[in-house]
Amino acid sequence: MAELLHAGGSGLHAWLLVTSALFSLGIYGLLTRRNAVGILLSLELCLNAAAVQFAVFNALRAPGRVDGAVMALFVVAVAAAEVVVGMALFVLLYSQRRTVDVTELTGDGRDSAGGPP
Amino acid sequence: MSYAASAIVQHAWVIPALPLLSFLAVGLLVRPFSTRWAGGVAAASVALSAALSWWLAFDYLQFASPPGPLPTLLPWQTEWLRFQEGLRIDAGTLLDPASVLLVVVVTTVSALVHLYSLAYMDGEAGYGRYFAILNLFTFSMLGLVLAPNLVQMFVCWELVGASSFFLIGFWFDRPAAVAASKKAFVVTRFADLGFLVAILLLGHAAFDVRQQLGAAAGDLQALDFAFLGRSDVLAALASQAPVLGGMTALTLGCLLLFMGGAGKSAMFPLHIWLPDAMEGPTPVSALIHAATMVVAGVYLVARALPLFAAADGALTVVLLVGTFTALFAAAIACTQDDLKRVLAFSTLSQLGYMMLALGTCDGGDPTGHSAALFHLFTHAFFKALLFLGAGAVLHAAHTGDVWHLGGLRKPMPLTHALFLLATLAIAGIWPLSGFFSKDEILAAALHGGHPLVFTVGLGVAGLTAFYMARVYLLTFWGQPRREATAHAHEAPLTMVLPMGALAVLAAVAGFVPVSRWVALPGAAVHTGIDWAVAVPTTVVALVGFAAAGWLYAGDLGRSEAAAARLGRLYRALRHKFWIDEVYLWVTRKLIFRLVAAPIAWFDRMVVDGSMHGVGVLTRLAGAGVQAAQTGQAQAYAAWALTGVALVVGLLWAAARAG
Repeated sequence: MAELLHAGGSGLHAWLLVTSALFSLGIYGLLTRRNAVGILLSLELCLNAAAVQFAVFNALRAPGRVDGAVMALFVVAVAAAEVVVGMALFVLLYSQRRTVDVTELTGDGRDSAGGPP
Repeated sequence: MSYAASAIVQHAWVIPALPLLSFLAVGLLVRPFSTRWAGGVAAASVALSAALSWWLAFDYLQFASPPGPLPTLLPWQTEWLRFQEGLRIDAGTLLDPASVLLVVVVTTVSALVHLYSLAYMDGEAGYGRYFAILNLFTFSMLGLVLAPNLVQMFVCWELVGASSFFLIGFWFDRPAAVAASKKAFVVTRFADLGFLVAILLLGHAAFDVRQQLGAAAGDLQALDFAFLGRSDVLAALASQAPVLGGMTALTLGCLLLFMGGAGKSAMFPLHIWLPDAMEGPTPVSALIHAATMVVAGVYLVARALPLFAAADGALTVVLLVGTFTALFAAAIACTQDDLKRVLAFSTLSQLGYMMLALGTCDGGDPTGHSAALFHLFTHAFFKALLFLGAGAVLHAAHTGDVWHLGGLRKPMPLTHALFLLATLAIAGIWPLSGFFSKDEILAAALHGGHPLVFTVGLGVAGLTAFYMARVYLLTFWGQPRREATAHAHEAPLTMVLPMGALAVLAAVAGFVPVSRWVALPGAAVHTGIDWAVAVPTTVVALVGFAAAGWLYAGDLGRSEAAAARLGRLYRALRHKFWIDEVYLWVTRKLIFRLVAAPIAWFDRMVVDGSMHGVGVLTRLAGAGVQAAQTGQAQAYAAWALTGVALVVGLLWAAARAG
C-alpha cells in the first residue's frame, strides 16, 4: 500500500484508485438504492470523488496554484445546496405519497395508495 | 393610311381581356353580393367586346391595301416562356382574315347568348356562376383564335374544354349532367393528348429545321404559325427522315393534331360526347356545342393547313373522317326524339362538312379552306338560332321530346318564324346563308376532283333538310300531344331579341364575301352561283322537305310504317349504331378488366402492401422495445452508463490499437 501511495514519486495512482473506488461506489448506490435519500447520498459520493480528484491534481501537479482547490470548494458548496433542495423535495414527496421508494413513484400519483393528505 | 393608325388593331388584346376581367370580377367580387349585377356585368363586358371586334373587323378591312391579299399582323406579342433560343413561346394576338372572322363570330354569338341567358337562366341557383364561366369560355375561345403559336392555342384549348366541362355539369345535382360533363371532359382530354404529343413532335422537328436555317429564320420561333407556314420550312420538314412506321414527324404530328381537332370538333369516332353535352343549359349548347367551341377543331386544321398540305396523306384522313361524320351524324339525326339531340347530331354533320371542305385541299387547291371558314361563319349564326329557338320551346313547354310537343306555332308565333328561318337556312334554301356556304363546300368537292365526296355531301344535304323539317313539323305543327305543351307561351323579349338578331345574321351572312377575304393564295374565287351545284342541292333539299312533310305533317302513322319498313337500319340509327355501347364494352370489359384491374391489384398488393409491411414491422419493433421503457429513472441511468462504458471501452481499445 505504501509503495502504491508513492508510486510515480507522488502517489497520484493511489489517489486515482481511491477516487475511482469512491465514484464507483457512488454509481453503484445511484443505480441500486430504492430509497431516494440513499440515491442522494450515493450522488454525494460521486461528487466527493470528483472534488478529491480536483484537490489531488492541484496539490500534486500544480502546487503553486489554487484552481483545483477552489473547484473542490465549489463542488462542496453546490453539493450542500443540492442536498437542501433534494431533501426538501423528499419531505414534500413523503407527505404526498407516504413513501420515498423510487420504484413506487411511477405514474402521476393519482392512483397511488397514499394520495394527498 | 396604315394599321398603325388604328387603335383597335394595335390593341386587339383588349377584346379577350374584357371577358377575362369580367370573369374575375363577376366570379370573385360581384357574384357573392348580387346575382342580378353578375349577369349584367358579364353581358355588358361581352357586348363591349363584340362591339370592339366589329370595329376591329371594320378597321382591318378598311386599311388593307386593296389589290393584294389581306395581311397577317402581329400587333402585340410578349415573351411568355423561354426554353432556349429558337424555342421561345410568346403570348400575342395574331390578326389574319381567319382570326378576325372568328373573333367577330365568337363575340357576337357570345354577346347574344349572354343577353338571352339573362332571361333564360332567371331564378337558377347558380346564376352568377353561370355567367362567370360563360365569360371564362369567351376569353378562352378568343385566346385560342388569336393565338400566334401552337402553345398558346393549346393552353386556351384546354381552358375552353374546362369551361365546357363546368357548363355541361352546371346542374351538378343531376346525375345525367354530371355523367355528361365527365364524358365530355374525358373524351376531349383523350383527344387533346394527341394535340400535346403533336406539339412536342412538331416542336422538335421544327426546332431542328430552325437550327439548320440559322439566320434565315429571323426572329420566328419554332412553334409559331408564321414559321411553320413558310415554304422552305415545310419543304425541310417534309424531307426529314421518318420517325415511326415510315411517317415523318410532320405527317405523324399532323395526324395527332387532327386527333385533337377531331376530339374538340366531335368527329367520328370521338363524337360521343357532343350529343350528351346537351345536358347543359340550352344557351350553353347554342354557344359552345354549336356555334363556337366545336369549331375549334376546324379552326385548328384550317390554321395548320400548310402543314397538313405538306404532310403525306394527312388531308386525305381529314377528308374521309369529315365525309363519314357528315353522313353518319345526319342519318342518326333523322331518328332521334329529343329536339336538342337532333340539333347536336346536326352540328356533328355540319362540322363534318367543314372538315370535308378542308380535306378537299389535298389536291393543292386551297378553295376548300375558304369554303370551310365560310360555312363555319354562317353555321355559327343559324345553329345558334336553332338552339336558342329550342331553348325557347324548352322554356315554354318544359320538354324537348318532339313527340310531346306539337302545335306550338300558335302560342309561339315569333319563335316559330325564327326557327323556320333557321331551318331553311341550314337546309340551304336560297337566299339564306346556308345555301351559299354549303354550295361552296360542295363545289370545292366537285371541282377538287372528289365526285364521290360530292355525292355523299349532296345526300347529306337532303338528309339535313329531312331531319330539320321533321323536328320543325313535329314541334310547331299538328296538335299539342301533351297538356304542358298546350299551355306554352311566347318567350320574353330578352330571349326573342337575340334570336331576332341571329336571324338577321343567318339570313344575310351568305352575302358577306367571307370566302374571298379568307382565301389563301391560289384559291379559286367564286363569283355568282355555281349552277352545277346549286340546282342539285336545292332539288335534294326540297325532296327532303317533301319526304318529311309526307311522313310527319299529316298522318303520323305513315312515319311508323316507314320506320317498320326500314327495320334493322332504323334500329341501328336510333341506337346511334351502338357506338356508346361499344365504348362502354371496350372500357369496362377490356380496359378495366385487362389493364385497370391488374394495375389496381399491383397497387393494392405490392405498393400498398410494402408500405403496410414497413408500418407493421415498425409497430412490432416498437412493441419489442416497449419492455425497456419502465419509467424508472434508474434503469435509464443504467442504460446510459452502459453506453458510456462502451464508448470509453472503445476509445481505450482504439488508443491501445493505435
